[in-house]
Amino acid sequence: MGFLFHIGRFFSMLRLVLAKPEKHRMYLKQLIYEVENLGVNSVGIVIIISIFIGGIMTIQFSYALMNPLYPSYLIGLATRDTLLLEFSSTMLALILAGKIGSNITSEIGSMRVTEQIDSLEIMGVNSASYLILPKIIAVVFIFPFLYIISVFFGILGGLITGPLTGTITLPEYLDGIRTLFVPYYVTFSIIKSLVFGFLVASVPAYFGYYVQGGALDVGKASTQAVVNTNILILFFDLILTRLLLT
Amino acid sequence: MIEIKNLYKSFDSNEVLKNVSVVFEKGKTNLIIGRSGSGKTVLIKCTLGLFEIDSGEIWYDDRNFTSIGQKERKKMRKEIGMVFQGGALFDSISVEGNVRFPLDMFTRMSIKEKQKRVEFCLSHVNIDKKAYKLSPSEISGGMKKRVAIARAIALNPRYLFCDEPNSGLDPETSTVIDQLLNDLTKEFEMTTIINTHDMNSVVEIGESILFINKGEKEWMGTNKEVLNSNNEYLNDFIFANKLYALMRKEGKEI
Repeated sequence: MGFLFHIGRFFSMLRLVLAKPEKHRMYLKQLIYEVENLGVNSVGIVIIISIFIGGIMTIQFSYALMNPLYPSYLIGLATRDTLLLEFSSTMLALILAGKIGSNITSEIGSMRVTEQIDSLEIMGVNSASYLILPKIIAVVFIFPFLYIISVFFGILGGLITGPLTGTITLPEYLDGIRTLFVPYYVTFSIIKSLVFGFLVASVPAYFGYYVQGGALDVGKASTQAVVNTNILILFFDLILTRLLLT
Repeated sequence: MIEIKNLYKSFDSNEVLKNVSVVFEKGKTNLIIGRSGSGKTVLIKCTLGLFEIDSGEIWYDDRNFTSIGQKERKKMRKEIGMVFQGGALFDSISVEGNVRFPLDMFTRMSIKEKQKRVEFCLSHVNIDKKAYKLSPSEISGGMKKRVAIARAIALNPRYLFCDEPNSGLDPETSTVIDQLLNDLTKEFEMTTIINTHDMNSVVEIGESILFINKGEKEWMGTNKEVLNSNNEYLNDFIFANKLYALMRKEGKEI
């Protein structure tokens, strides 16, 4: 099926998703569940990845900037800005597209192939809205928090690894992360994480909602969802960087 | 009562239902029988509005389901209960949560009233209180079907649809499910439509039977008539069951 067909069907799904809920209380209950399921349960992996990447970046920057002409605080500065601008928003979104995205596709896809979605429709429930809207709101809501957590623990990772490996001293690193700080980088990345949050929830939901067949097809849909979400994240990263940063 | 008039449905060039007209009566257990791929499930899904039809009319009592808008259809769906082949219970919630779901979504009942209704529905399908907190993955196939029936009747529907409610069940449990559906139909005066392959269901509860062959209405009658029909296709279908064929050959009453 063509690219335009998927675009058209994606937007018609969004129209259904944004319809008026049957009962707000039920949607709110579902939203709280999704914030925990998709958001809070991702905090652990975000912390682990960020600490390691922060540490690795500090070591790599110390090698790349191994020149007596460069001030050593540059290592901390480079680590901070890389985390602020790209890693904690874009790279993390790519990683979470795998975790959260495949979770969403397989959950909704399994509901489709086991007729649970038909069951909701027959009851008179707008299944697209009931199943997808709370997920989109939950992920868009939680992504900026995950971004902030990631930046914090990434910097902490560098702070632990740098002095431990002897690549940079603690005062130099602390000096680096406080030098030439641009607050707009945070605003820019939070805007990006809101957009990426929407993509990470809505694109996999689309692939799950329209899956046909059995368990094998749900697996294929999950893979397709993750691949397409990743491509879209990179595409929107390019557009947003061009629009907001240059 | 549900009346279907001159229904046609095709998928691409494949014509699945051809000029089907039938009346499913209120307070009766109406069965749809036929070979696999004959169009039974498509007929049920068209009647429920899950598939858009090519032409024809579907009437729920005095309401033309085919000419009303989506909003009206949505309202009407609260009067419809459906039991799917696999039960289609929501995995993430418990047995009682599944039955409470339509009540939470569509009623303004208090928590106590809802609990009372949940217990009423589950006790009607003989589900023990110990199973209320279990998740669907922790109960047997027969129990899943019974919970699905309880969920389908939670909102007191006027119309009940069942897609192969006995598939995958042992003969004893199948008889229990059949009897349950028959009793509920009488007790709540519903229009019940059951899509089945099960010959025991046909003989035991088939007050009105529609036989579909290659997408067309081939025969219609009752369980009293189904074994003595002259319809060649129907006889091929019914007496493909060796036990029935043997009993017929030996002139025994079935």
